[in-house]
Amino acid sequence: MYAQMVKTDAARVRSLDEMEPHERAFQERVDAGQKIEPKEWMPEGYRKTLVRQISQHAHSEIVGQLPEGNWISRAPTLERKAILLAKVQDEAGHGLYLYCAAETLGISRDQMYEQLHSGKAKYSSIFNYPTLTWADIGAIGWLVDGAAIMNQVPLQRCSYGPYARAMVRICKEESFHQRQGFDALARMVKGTPAQKAMVQDALNRWWWPSLMMFGPSDDASVHSAQSMAWKIKQNSNDELRQKFVDQTVPQAKYLGLTVPDPDLKWNEEKGGHDFGEPDWEEFFNVIAGNGPCNAERLDARKKAWSDGAWFRDGLTAHAEKAADRRAAAKIAAE
Amino acid sequence: MSSEWPLWEVFIRGQHGLNHRHVGSLHAPDAEMAVNNARDVYTRRNEGVSIWVVRSSEITASAPSEKGPLFDPSNSKVYRHPTFFDIPDEVGHM
Amino acid sequence: MARAALEPAVDQAALLEFLLRIGDNALILGHRVSEWCGHAPALEEDIALANTALDLIGQTQLWLGLAGEVEGKGRSADDLAYLRDGYDFRNILLVERPNGDFGKTLMRQFLFDAWHYLLLKALKGSTETRIAEIAEKAFKEVSYHLDRSRDLVIRLGDGTAESHSRMQAALDDLWPYTGEMFAADAVDAALAEAGVIAEPQSLKPGWDEIVTEAFTEGTLKKPADGYMHKGGRRGVHTEHLGFILSEMQFLQRAYPGATW
Repeated sequence: MYAQMVKTDAARVRSLDEMEPHERAFQERVDAGQKIEPKEWMPEGYRKTLVRQISQHAHSEIVGQLPEGNWISRAPTLERKAILLAKVQDEAGHGLYLYCAAETLGISRDQMYEQLHSGKAKYSSIFNYPTLTWADIGAIGWLVDGAAIMNQVPLQRCSYGPYARAMVRICKEESFHQRQGFDALARMVKGTPAQKAMVQDALNRWWWPSLMMFGPSDDASVHSAQSMAWKIKQNSNDELRQKFVDQTVPQAKYLGLTVPDPDLKWNEEKGGHDFGEPDWEEFFNVIAGNGPCNAERLDARKKAWSDGAWFRDGLTAHAEKAADRRAAAKIAAE
Repeated sequence: MSSEWPLWEVFIRGQHGLNHRHVGSLHAPDAEMAVNNARDVYTRRNEGVSIWVVRSSEITASAPSEKGPLFDPSNSKVYRHPTFFDIPDEVGHM
Repeated sequence: MARAALEPAVDQAALLEFLLRIGDNALILGHRVSEWCGHAPALEEDIALANTALDLIGQTQLWLGLAGEVEGKGRSADDLAYLRDGYDFRNILLVERPNGDFGKTLMRQFLFDAWHYLLLKALKGSTETRIAEIAEKAFKEVSYHLDRSRDLVIRLGDGTAESHSRMQAALDDLWPYTGEMFAADAVDAALAEAGVIAEPQSLKPGWDEIVTEAFTEGTLKKPADGYMHKGGRRGVHTEHLGFILSEMQFLQRAYPGATW
């Protein structure tokens, strides 16, 4: 997911009886479906976990601008160019909303950037894969945004108010992202054989990384259990992955594409698809920095930040000068 | 390293006759630029809307609703500002 | 299209030429500005700049769409954008200048916006209603572009020593590309005569006023008018345009006849 394998600092999930009064009252409010707001008491672990999760989510939006941004200058029509630009711009906006939500927890945007640039903070593994053809842009909208939506829709009900509200805004704006991707692919598969081949190639490359977005099975993970108890995670990774496969396979069929999984088949009994296991070794490698584009992605972000320092400083300096001038003029007038 | 642009809270009047509503926050070097940025970030430049911005640090908030020993206002902690995103009407109560 | 026909009395070849000029300016500058997406110095700027690029792409669709109609050969805005070679492009050289640092991008934007604003303001009164309609819409957008780029040029000019020197360097570097905005040829003369456009030279005093005021406020030194580069308006470009087009047109060229 956009936030993968977020740690909670919990050794195990404790029951209400084991909690101190503060924490117990907090947990009861969460259990009752109440929202936790910035000024209210919260366990330090909850706060830290949220900072990790929200900042990872924000970083994913920002880094996620890059693979698609690659193709803005090469989009095949003026309309596709405008749609893609608007979408990548939305990602910047979503990053901004999420950074602001994290800032309510006592960390600054600059600190979060620092963690990203130093490699301390992670972002979603998916954005370390390259966009090689125009069909990849459609595939990202269809698969990657499709997978993200699976996760983001339930996050609108997350226990932390600012995060939940950011997700509401994001989900509302994002509704067109998946559709535009699918629409671009639908157009291409009806086109020339070369275009259709391009779409199949994109599905072949993006299918497994998309399934990996949900992260490895977390049924046995204490972090996952703790996050669920805090209602900052609503579904298990396997649950969401299953839902994604079940939703996507018929869409692939509609497009006349073959999902690159020989083990994929409908299981009448469970009312869902059986499917193969992603290559988790690849996943852990990508997370560890060995993905095809990790270095490029991080370098691009670091470069944007360091190249822009003079700009940010220049505007700060001007704002200070202007404030001083206003103050001086006021004194002179008195 | 230089200092970060301050944080601003953004309030927008979406239609005539309505109150300004808090829609989110952003960073900007001063108030004028915060208004410009708010137009670009939060309205996608719809015309006819009115925007207020206020430095987050200038907001005085009431203490949290649940008072008493279980909810000591933790002033030593961290919280820089309250961020409230607008909830679209169709979403209903949250 | 069921729209009012363009005045047949107006020289159609001149009209087409004009529409390509204004449409290509929006197309190439929109392309350049969009190159920043994901790479700007602050998130807020990234979002704002994308809005400018989106406006320019939208304007391109309108201007080149109308150009295709005037040409009467069934070419769409996309055909004109993606299937002409460099010598058929009519944008001024300023808009194809590489982005450089963010200051140079903003300075290029400001120099262009100040002119674009005046140009569109005049076009709102064009005798060609179709042109006046597009100008009306674009003018609103460009007024905001100008507000923003002027504001940033002033702030960065009067910011730190570094931001000042970067903005001055950008200004000195781009200044020789501003003369082409006010150059006139037979096309301009014919259209100005018919009341379709304003004489390019007539925009100069207003432009001088806008930029001079901003430079003064931003403590920047206005360069002397020396040699001015020209050529874009008649299809003679810098080397940069070829690279822009090879990137922009790649898919349309590699997969002829495909729809996207």
